Amino acid sequence: MENNHLVSITDYSKEEIFKILDLAADFEKNPNQNLLDNKVIATLFFEPSTRTRLSFESAISRLGGKFIGFTDSSSSSVSKGESLKDTIMTVANYSDMIIMRHPIEGSARWASEVSRVPIVNAGDGANQHPTQTLLDLYSIRKTQGTLDNLNVYFVGDLKYGRTVHSLLQAMSMFNTTFNFISPEELKIPDEYKLFLDKKGLKYYEHRDFSDIISHADIIYMTRIQRERFSDPMEYEKTKNSYVLKNNMLENTKPNMKVLHPLPRVNEIHTNVDENEKAYYFTQALNGVYTRQAIITHILGLKK
Amino acid sequence: MEMNDKKLQVSAIKNGTVIDHIPASSLFKVINILGLDKIETQMTVGSNFESKKLGLKAIIKITDVFFIDDDINKIALVAPEAKLNIIKNYKVVEKKVVEVPDNIKGIAKCGNPKCITNHEGIVPKFTVVNKKKVAIKCHYCEKITDSEHMKIF
Repeated sequence: MENNHLVSITDYSKEEIFKILDLAADFEKNPNQNLLDNKVIATLFFEPSTRTRLSFESAISRLGGKFIGFTDSSSSSVSKGESLKDTIMTVANYSDMIIMRHPIEGSARWASEVSRVPIVNAGDGANQHPTQTLLDLYSIRKTQGTLDNLNVYFVGDLKYGRTVHSLLQAMSMFNTTFNFISPEELKIPDEYKLFLDKKGLKYYEHRDFSDIISHADIIYMTRIQRERFSDPMEYEKTKNSYVLKNNMLENTKPNMKVLHPLPRVNEIHTNVDENEKAYYFTQALNGVYTRQAIITHILGLKK
Repeated sequence: MEMNDKKLQVSAIKNGTVIDHIPASSLFKVINILGLDKIETQMTVGSNFESKKLGLKAIIKITDVFFIDDDINKIALVAPEAKLNIIKNYKVVEKKVVEVPDNIKGIAKCGNPKCITNHEGIVPKFTVVNKKKVAIKCHYCEKITDSEHMKIF
């Protein structure tokens, strides 16, 4: 059987994305299905990511599967200097699928070339995090009823935010209009603007987080991290300029939803949480359904 | 052009290959890529000649050596305008231009220090995303390296 891995969102065609989203909708209706009976899934977290790991482990548990693994590399043989290749080839003997998070970019692609079981990338450095992208797409389709012709606003760290880059790549298949709101130092990299130019898609860049959001169907918030700034003064100046507060939502469209990959720090004021346009916690719940869909689709357990 | 003809005509070769229009800054990269440092036949290397197109160019003449296209296209990464003259019995019998390949393997290093290819002994693989102003996209980390930041093995 040819292995099918999920390393990058670009591995999936539009049809495959729809397949996953439909399966996820099925799991939302009926989350507990014993499809992973007698299956062992490895969750290898070479760097800690509690949220992503728990979401995967919840998905595996709801499918009746077992999981093995480690939660950071200090508790594994990596700390003894084992290569990634050796770790993957060994763990592939113990499991039916490997879900991995690794700080080095390209590690998941490399793992997929040496593993005899499917690899699911749960984040490789600043590169890809395709299961996050799929759950974002699921959340967008569920709240908007479609993925086509939407007006999506990305806010915050658009330079290093890999969730932004992957979602942008995926949404570019659906005639999306993009708006990028960020400080100068964290603006969307030129290579993504070039990518959108080539696709003939419209995008606008803004420095001010203001009432331009009244046109948004989706506002995708991201965290601005102190360590991303070369100048700490610059961070202090900008950190409060990209905070979403409840009163800013007054003139937004009724269908508009606020998404955030979480964890949030202060970029969405807690007074937004009660607003019906706040969707980030439901988005995290959707992550479990989407990961159930991905696991069962890759293992061929769900047609 | 003010150069003395006798000096410029560094020994015309009888049989072999002349590689012209190499950017002077890429000369040693070309030598590396083609493994010319290990060649045992006569070789003449000239550098920093004035060129309208390239600013400063370099030229290499190698006796009794002929390249296959796949090998020669490897230098396209650092010398995309290079031209080859194949010499037989003092005459140019064939002219070739280099072509930037669609995919490259093992010639360049990924410019991303956080890429797995710079951490474990993996042969880097790239797709060429821009052939005019050469830029390559890493098969592993998906980052783009342009010719300015390209390091050749």
